[in-house]
Amino acid sequence: MSGKPILTLTGVSKNFGGLLAVNNLSLKVHKEQICGLIGPNGAGKTTVFNLITGVYSCTKGSILSEGVDLARLKPYHITRSGLARTFQTIRLFKNMTTWEHVMVGQGFRPRSDARGLSLFSQTERRNLRDEAKEILILLGLWEMRQWKASILPYGIQRKVEIARALALRPKLLLLDEPTAGLNIQETKELLKTLNKIHELGITILIIEHDMRVIMELCDHIFVLNFGQKIAEGTPSQIRVNEQVIEAYLGREE
Amino acid sequence: MSVYYLDLLSALGINILLGLSVYSPMATGQLSLGNAGFMAIGAYVSAILTVHLRLPLFPSLVTAGVIAGIFGILVGFPALRLRGVFLAMATLGFGEIVRNFFMNFLGHVTGGAYGFRGIGDTPISILWIWSWVIFFLFFFFVLSRSRLGLTMLATHDDETVSELIGINIVFLKIGAFGLGAFVAGVAGGLHAHYYLYTEPEFFNVWKSIHMVLFVIMGGMLTFWGGVFGAGVFTLLPEFLRFLHDWRGAFFGVMIIGIMIARPYGLLTREIVRFDFWLPSQREKRL
Repeated sequence: MSGKPILTLTGVSKNFGGLLAVNNLSLKVHKEQICGLIGPNGAGKTTVFNLITGVYSCTKGSILSEGVDLARLKPYHITRSGLARTFQTIRLFKNMTTWEHVMVGQGFRPRSDARGLSLFSQTERRNLRDEAKEILILLGLWEMRQWKASILPYGIQRKVEIARALALRPKLLLLDEPTAGLNIQETKELLKTLNKIHELGITILIIEHDMRVIMELCDHIFVLNFGQKIAEGTPSQIRVNEQVIEAYLGREE
Repeated sequence: MSVYYLDLLSALGINILLGLSVYSPMATGQLSLGNAGFMAIGAYVSAILTVHLRLPLFPSLVTAGVIAGIFGILVGFPALRLRGVFLAMATLGFGEIVRNFFMNFLGHVTGGAYGFRGIGDTPISILWIWSWVIFFLFFFFVLSRSRLGLTMLATHDDETVSELIGINIVFLKIGAFGLGAFVAGVAGGLHAHYYLYTEPEFFNVWKSIHMVLFVIMGGMLTFWGGVFGAGVFTLLPEFLRFLHDWRGAFFGVMIIGIMIARPYGLLTREIVRFDFWLPSQREKRL
């Protein structure tokens, strides 16, 4: 375990009518970890992300990030407090270039220093531009910065989503199946990139189906099934956990 | 210049303002079919101020714009919950309410259905109109280059994601609606004081549809679209006079043709940024 908890879910539940999508879920993400959130289809992983980022409100329970109760905040406040996410189905702004995706993200980062007017200063603007350039180079998007994001190939679009999230300069980055639809080569590249992002001191919580990615990347894994946490631990612990194997492969009669 | 060209140019100026007034909410994904209502509010408020309260023209116009803007914000709140066709219907309803209000109430002040006469003391020249046009063009130009403009585009493209990257979409959408109403109010005031007369029938549904067409034809992703659309719609019918009786029909066919050929309107962001034919410029900008 490294660092203090950056995100704490305590007894979080979410009902959709009669369906209990998330049931009494508690988990802690510590600073500078890469945490994985796994589980079979329909286990409620994306719902957890939606609860954390404020798309849905919790039926029960509390979500704390560094002492702030996120459950009470609007989505844009949550984002401004240092959380950024990507989406399972790619959701880019269809009329914007790659460069603009980063720019629009930069507008709403958590900032302790003066806001608003500082954007009119030349140095501030130059800093933002340099930083946007760094993000684009980090993700290998620099060459296509002037392209409309909607015409780029699928794998690149995934990266644009991550770039937009990074532009918010988050403390915690939520990635919802970043390797979905990528080929092996692209997945490998993305893994490298994620490690680089992690080295910048950003905590990552990742939903993923590709077990190789999860096992290689994560320090700590939470396993969800039918909205409940059935296990958590290090990759080696999860690999041999019987409940997890049962959830994924079924019980041997 | 002859009176014909003066009238044409002033109509062009007012139409550009109206195009901008529709562009503003549309830039955040809201279709307003009630801008003639805001225009009516601007026209009547400014006329009442100059005729009955004897205020100078400039403060009257600004006040008219602000009052129209406040109504815009009031309409903006329910508009948050409506989308697409439903929002169009609701705003259309608002426009009709305003028109009927001036038709049936305040008759002793505004002349009701007979029209508001006697705006003669503060006539304006075409320069007045075009100073406002240039001011608003400059305003929208700065807006389009700013991060605020970019967040408007983001909200237009995907509201949910916009909120998740930190945009306060409630503030943004209501603000855009209010700004549009303000511009429409000023345009209404200018209209009333240029023609020295105003009546409720000026501000019927057709007027609102007309403004929306400016933006849809001209291009809804950049403010130049509304400006260009206003230009086409004001000037082209004049150039088509040689078609005589076929003029209206030809114009209709042209609208259909534009929609097929360029569904996003004549001007898109790429064209405005010269992205097609100046790749070297494009590199230099970053």
